[in-house]
Amino acid sequence: MEEVWAALLRSVIFGTPILIAALGNLLNERAGVVNLGVEGMMAVGALAAFATAQTTGSGALGVLAGVLAGGVFALPHAFVAIGLRANQFVSGLALAMLGLGVAGLLGKRFEGQPLLASLPEMPFVYLGLALAVALWAFLYLTHAGLVLRSVGENPAAADLLGIPVYRVRYWAVAVGGMFAGLAGAFLAVSYRSSWTEGMTNQLGWIAIALTIFVAWEPLRAVLGAYFFGLLYYLGFALQDSAIPSVFLQALPYALVIVVLALVAWRRRQGAAPEALGLPYERGRR
Amino acid sequence: MRLEYLPSPSPWRQTAAAGLAILAALGVAGLVFWAYGVPPLTAYATLLRGTLADPNGWAEVLRRAIPLILVGAGLALAFRAQFYNIGAEGQIAIGATAAAGVALFWPLEAPWMLPAMFLVGFLAGAAYALVAALLRAGLGVNEILTTLMLNYTAYYLVQYLVQGPWRGRSLFGFAFTDPFPPQAVLPTLPGTLVHWPTLVLGVLLALLLQFLLSRTTLGFRLRVVGANPQAARYAGIPVGPTLLVAGLITGGLAGLAGVGEVAGIHKKLLDSGDITLGYGFSAIIVAYLARGQPAWAILTAFLMAVLFAGGDVLKVAFQMPFRVVDVFSGLFLLFLIASDFFAQHRVRWGR
Repeated sequence: MEEVWAALLRSVIFGTPILIAALGNLLNERAGVVNLGVEGMMAVGALAAFATAQTTGSGALGVLAGVLAGGVFALPHAFVAIGLRANQFVSGLALAMLGLGVAGLLGKRFEGQPLLASLPEMPFVYLGLALAVALWAFLYLTHAGLVLRSVGENPAAADLLGIPVYRVRYWAVAVGGMFAGLAGAFLAVSYRSSWTEGMTNQLGWIAIALTIFVAWEPLRAVLGAYFFGLLYYLGFALQDSAIPSVFLQALPYALVIVVLALVAWRRRQGAAPEALGLPYERGRR
Repeated sequence: MRLEYLPSPSPWRQTAAAGLAILAALGVAGLVFWAYGVPPLTAYATLLRGTLADPNGWAEVLRRAIPLILVGAGLALAFRAQFYNIGAEGQIAIGATAAAGVALFWPLEAPWMLPAMFLVGFLAGAAYALVAALLRAGLGVNEILTTLMLNYTAYYLVQYLVQGPWRGRSLFGFAFTDPFPPQAVLPTLPGTLVHWPTLVLGVLLALLLQFLLSRTTLGFRLRVVGANPQAARYAGIPVGPTLLVAGLITGGLAGLAGVGEVAGIHKKLLDSGDITLGYGFSAIIVAYLARGQPAWAILTAFLMAVLFAGGDVLKVAFQMPFRVVDVFSGLFLLFLIASDFFAQHRVRWGR
């Protein structure tokens, strides 16, 4: 029994970066903007957090730097996708490549260094849970949340009511980037307490798929993220079992495909924000 | 000041915008080099000296261009049909794996071995892309995420094979298969890694796809499905099957690229990350620069190939990780799609 609890706790801890990144992505998608750059923003956030924590000796400052770096790094995508009304999918993809490349290059000097200012894991678990509840309350209980959702559902109508559509979308993308940066920071200064190239390990992509899987609902994202955390944990824990471990390692990715197919089959995509992925231009239909 | 929308900008305007975008991307990449501790001009001078100013560098560029032409031409066609195949990495790996299976376990004689490897590699890559194409055509599942996930499942499949059942006996201790028999190895230009049969195949297929896209009914259908699926449906064009064809072609060409890499360069199957090297992702920029024209991918592949070969040069000269190629890829793509806006809008001063 004790072992089961320990296993579940590891799953929850490993699900936490997925949860935090998914919540940020959920926020900007609720405002109608797709950002496939989560993986890149996580990598940049992780590097900024590690570099800051290592040089200042403060893990908390590192987390702050990771959050800010994620938010700033989201801005090129916001400008291209919102301001220039380019294809959001291509723009986000470019951001993912750029973030992985830049973090890999600039992080080389930190490769293999042990982190002295490491932070415990549990506060991040509670933070993830608190953020999920807070995002739910923001979206459904506050006026600002209503404004954000209306921008994602019907930007033309929102514009007509005097809502600054562009400003709301810019902020949503920036805050989404901050969440991704926080997820990366957790990996760098707490979970792994080190920097290695590719340490985000495709968790950003899982977070994007999870957003669809949980039908853009923050509270459901908690369970979904922990479930994927469990899959990763099993891939790690059953390494020496009869099942070749590569199959367990491939399982989360295969499952994403199955889940996306099931969601589409049950037509849950009706839950997507109406204007998701569509650039808004005033006066044009 | 106001912006005026240009419905169909002139080709020179588009080219100028793309050229400026590339310069801007190189400028920002220079800033990244500077942050890494290498003066940008030194980095670019080293890159050019090691690639275009050196005969051996040219050969490196040429061999990097081979997979980029094949994958880029296929992606250009798929993008025209608005099928965003991000899974070329996986399709290259699966094509390479299928070819390795033929080379290692099917004792064919000399004239038949290589054609069989290319054929099986094409079919395997096509079938792998078909998974995502079927989900998109049948259920409307976004192919960006599914093709991306299929990259990782392909990676682990190859891992399993080279560490387990296909692991070689001759190279003990390494996760490789045995080397291919001589009749399964492609000839190269003397003293280089340029496996010229694949290069010829890539150029021919790029031209063939261009013909298919601009001169045939199927090409017309692909273009209409991409430009306006609603209109395509009203016109009686079978949208689903057309998407499947786009998926098969783009996956098949990526599979061929994988065959070329294992039969021409590695001569065995190994960790798929060492085979694909990010060609599948960078080919997206090749296709985007080619404006959805497969024939243009022959030229634009060379631009990315210079950066790939340059990645090796920078790695040796400044100990940069090879992923510096991702910095170029990401910046190019970001600035290119931004430049579209400036190609399509004219700034007018006054009222």
